Amino acid sequence: MTATARVLPAISTGRRVKNTFVQGLVWLAFGLAIIPLISVLWLVVKNGLARFDLTFLTHSMRGIAPRDAGGGAYHAILGTLEQVAIATVISVPIGLLTAIYLVEYGQGRRLARTISFFVDVMTGIPSVVAGLFILAFWILILGFGFSGFAGALALSILMMPTVVRSAEEMLRLVPTELREASYALGVPKWRTIVRVVLPTAFTGIVTGVMLAIARVAGETAPLLLTVFITNSINEDPFNGPQMGLPLYIFDQMGRPNDTAIDRAWAGALTLILIVMLLNLVARVIAWWRSPAKAR
Amino acid sequence: MATSLRTREGGPATGRSASRHDRGEGPFRFLTTGAGILLLAIMAAIAVFLVVKAIPALQQNTSNFFTEKLWTPNGAEPRFGIAALAFGTLISSLLALLMALPVAVGVALFISHYAPRRLAGVLGYLVDLLAAVPSVVYGLWGVIFLVPFMSGPATFLNTYFGWIPLFAGDAVYGRSILTASVVLAIMILPIIAAISREVFLQAPGSLEEASLALGATRWEMIRMSVLPFGRAGVVSAAMLGLGRAMGETIAVALIFPATFEITLRVLSANGNSIAANIANGFGEATVTGRGALIASGLVLFVITLAVNMAARLIVARRSFGGAA
Repeated sequence: MTATARVLPAISTGRRVKNTFVQGLVWLAFGLAIIPLISVLWLVVKNGLARFDLTFLTHSMRGIAPRDAGGGAYHAILGTLEQVAIATVISVPIGLLTAIYLVEYGQGRRLARTISFFVDVMTGIPSVVAGLFILAFWILILGFGFSGFAGALALSILMMPTVVRSAEEMLRLVPTELREASYALGVPKWRTIVRVVLPTAFTGIVTGVMLAIARVAGETAPLLLTVFITNSINEDPFNGPQMGLPLYIFDQMGRPNDTAIDRAWAGALTLILIVMLLNLVARVIAWWRSPAKAR
Repeated sequence: MATSLRTREGGPATGRSASRHDRGEGPFRFLTTGAGILLLAIMAAIAVFLVVKAIPALQQNTSNFFTEKLWTPNGAEPRFGIAALAFGTLISSLLALLMALPVAVGVALFISHYAPRRLAGVLGYLVDLLAAVPSVVYGLWGVIFLVPFMSGPATFLNTYFGWIPLFAGDAVYGRSILTASVVLAIMILPIIAAISREVFLQAPGSLEEASLALGATRWEMIRMSVLPFGRAGVVSAAMLGLGRAMGETIAVALIFPATFEITLRVLSANGNSIAANIANGFGEATVTGRGALIASGLVLFVITLAVNMAARLIVARRSFGGAA
């Protein structure tokens, strides 16, 4: 670009000024976008460290009044891990099978186009609506109580479309030649998919799943409506209200005491660490598999 | 690619050899199709069950659901309506979009056309990190940091731009529609930026090179060959962002003043949204109260569904791949 500028006659001042002005604006936009990120991360780390200790990670809030110091998020961390694990177990098979249908079997069919469209639309379902649906269906109509499992159902609804989309993208990247080579050897289609296509796309799919997990691990609204809130440790995700880490933060930040707010910040730090770790691992897997793709 | 796949459909692999040698083909195909249909069924079930649980509460309502501003569904004479909540949802989301869109397009251009090549990937990842921060953390940040912080800018807007109805009013508050909009703007920025970036990167390189070769400056090149190409993609990204903003719950639940007034004064201590009201009202809701909240959720579902479908149709018409 600089080379062309040197050869050509000078650009008029007006055009040059406009060009520089826009360049400045674009840099400014990037700066503006980064400021909140830095502010959020800085405050979470600074305020979160105050209570981010062993007590916090190993104790629940049982018997601790809002004004009391101490207490922790063990019950919430445990709940989040269980709920997210169950949500993953539910949504990954369904999401993956749907992606296989869309890529391998559905080509050009009306049903596939419909599913594909609604998967996109499903991505945009507000998380609170997913929570309301499970509340209406699972808790109010079927009569099951608040439980970690109900929360996991709500989370899995939010996870499915993300899993479908990322798995679909990865399956499409598998070269057609690979499939054709397998067919040429007389391997039936479904075996080709299971033995050739899926292993080829495996790491990509794992990356997508981890990003989906990271996304739902921070969801609060659906848990509020389905898991409810408890201060005690409840190891059983199928019976009784549980806690989730996002829910814990929301619960603590709603209490106007410094001790509670400190706990909320420590919870936020824990949650961000978990989410960022999942993100990082996912990116590292993706990067490790395809060093050529820079962006 | 499409042609080669279609040939395969009719090819020997699916047809004869599968049925002769292997009985797995049928069940596997059934399983995958079933999973896809299950997704459609879930979407339908969401609509159906929300309606089923909303109807009893709506029948108890002593007021008109669509025009009533108040939300008092828990008493002996339930009286609730969506008017104020829907208005608050729309105005806060539109304000958020207004703030986020220019910045997001700028960020997208920065990553796709301005940033040093080596850094572009890392810088893009930084912006994506904004989307990785859980909404409840934005909520905490908003309540503790942004609400006190916003009283400065709010006073400024009120003093110097008070003649604009949006910023009018006798006093300004930290907890306001404007503050909620700022949080929403930050949250939808990364998704708009990510989709716009993808679209800008798909702009034909030959066009860009041609305009540069004709002596265009970088901005002229972008204006003539990148922006026209990306317009539909940016519009759909904006609509997806709008849908996201309307459904956001926890980040703004404690920032909205939670009143049931319809006002354009975004600096006053008024404002609420459908989603925030669900989060705040659920704890103390009676049976009718829950039904009422589900009814409001149904309205939110329909609005976001419409916005998302419109966004997807725009993308589908222009056939850009891989959004969101």
